Amino acid sequence: MRVIARLDIKGPNVVKTVQTEGLRVVGEPAELAERYYVQGADELIYLDIVASLYRRNLDFEQLKRASAEVFVPLTVGGGIRSLHDIALALGAGADKVAINTYAVHNPTFLKEAAEMFGSQCIVLSVEAKKIGDNAWEVYTDGGRETTGKDVVEWVGQALQMGVGEILLTSVDKDGTKEGYDLGLLRAVSAISPVPVIIHGGAGSADDVVRAAKKGADAVSVSSILHYDLATIPDIKNALAAEHISVRI
Amino acid sequence: MTQKNIAIVDYGVSNLWSVLKAVRKFAPGAYITEEKEKIEIADAIILPGIGTFKAGMEGLRVRGLVEVLQQAAKKGTPILGICLGAQLLLEKGFEFGEWEGLGIIKGKVVHFPDLGDGVKIPAIGWQEVSPTSTEAKRLLGDTDKPFFYFVHSYVLEPTNPESVWATTNYGWYTYCATVGEGSVMGTQFHPEKSADAGLALLRVFCEGGSL
Repeated sequence: MRVIARLDIKGPNVVKTVQTEGLRVVGEPAELAERYYVQGADELIYLDIVASLYRRNLDFEQLKRASAEVFVPLTVGGGIRSLHDIALALGAGADKVAINTYAVHNPTFLKEAAEMFGSQCIVLSVEAKKIGDNAWEVYTDGGRETTGKDVVEWVGQALQMGVGEILLTSVDKDGTKEGYDLGLLRAVSAISPVPVIIHGGAGSADDVVRAAKKGADAVSVSSILHYDLATIPDIKNALAAEHISVRI
Repeated sequence: MTQKNIAIVDYGVSNLWSVLKAVRKFAPGAYITEEKEKIEIADAIILPGIGTFKAGMEGLRVRGLVEVLQQAAKKGTPILGICLGAQLLLEKGFEFGEWEGLGIIKGKVVHFPDLGDGVKIPAIGWQEVSPTSTEAKRLLGDTDKPFFYFVHSYVLEPTNPESVWATTNYGWYTYCATVGEGSVMGTQFHPEKSADAGLALLRVFCEGGSL
């Protein structure tokens, strides 16, 4: 089980949203990236949450600074819409890229990207909003735009295109600290032969343990760490106590 | 700390910044290059990863680097391939078709076998690496926790069993984690992304000269 620290980036800051709104600045990218690496995060996720919305690229120089002292994998997302953008991200500290908005409008881009950089480099980022019992809709642009697409159908389509991992974010749970949307996790895990990272809602180490027991291949946390509710070692110790294998 | 010229080969599909900043901790003179001349003069060469076998070989070919790397291996220049960079050292790859590799080490690169229900491919995560050769023991020797980060769908299958320098397990499957012959070696895992264990390996490579 991998424990991943996620940094949502807006401008020069790491921010935390609640249900993708009500944004609050929680720190500086390089400082938090290094802190969570030193704590023992297995990976980091670095997402520019407004790049797609403003149709711009993420700040690659800032990414270089943020990743300077990070020696675990870094998945980078935000505004990626060409093979050149992926090469730029890999040249500035990314090891994998997360793609949401552009892929939703241009699904075959995922195939082109996987054929060039390999499935293992292409992470499908999904922002899912619950619209009924066992039904979720795909959102884009940092949880702001509706698409009319069903999450499970969309994930199925993206898997056909060769994505190698799924970052599954619950828009409803984001920032609430109420626990992950385990129904969403179950629905997507059921159809996915590639690893699924669940994100959104973790408020305690116990929430993480619950997601691990429900089949998450990896868990992503942000509020827990930003607000000092638990450290990475706290989370890993809780997982290890339940005999879930972690790197300590 | 050495001042060795370590060339990190840019062939268009790699996590160059991640590799450079890790290597520069131990070899401040390390540089990224896609030029033949700068590879020929290097004391050691790193062939980084990411990318598909096809895209990787095309990237080397269009830059005219295939022969340069083959010659460097013949000359005994230490070469470290990482992930795809390790796979390219072999003769053939089967990712999106069948492709010629550099052929520096005999063998092929094939997809993971079907490992059964619930075993996800790509394999992504930290796995324990067990050295089976003195060379790999030296490289991994600095760490008491030999856990390294893997992220891949294809595996190294060298022809000669002696070319397997270390193994690892994913699900029930045991496979080659480090391939090597003489001064050339490749790691299926990413040392630049494997925290202290990976940095320790890179330090030995950067400071060690020939293996």
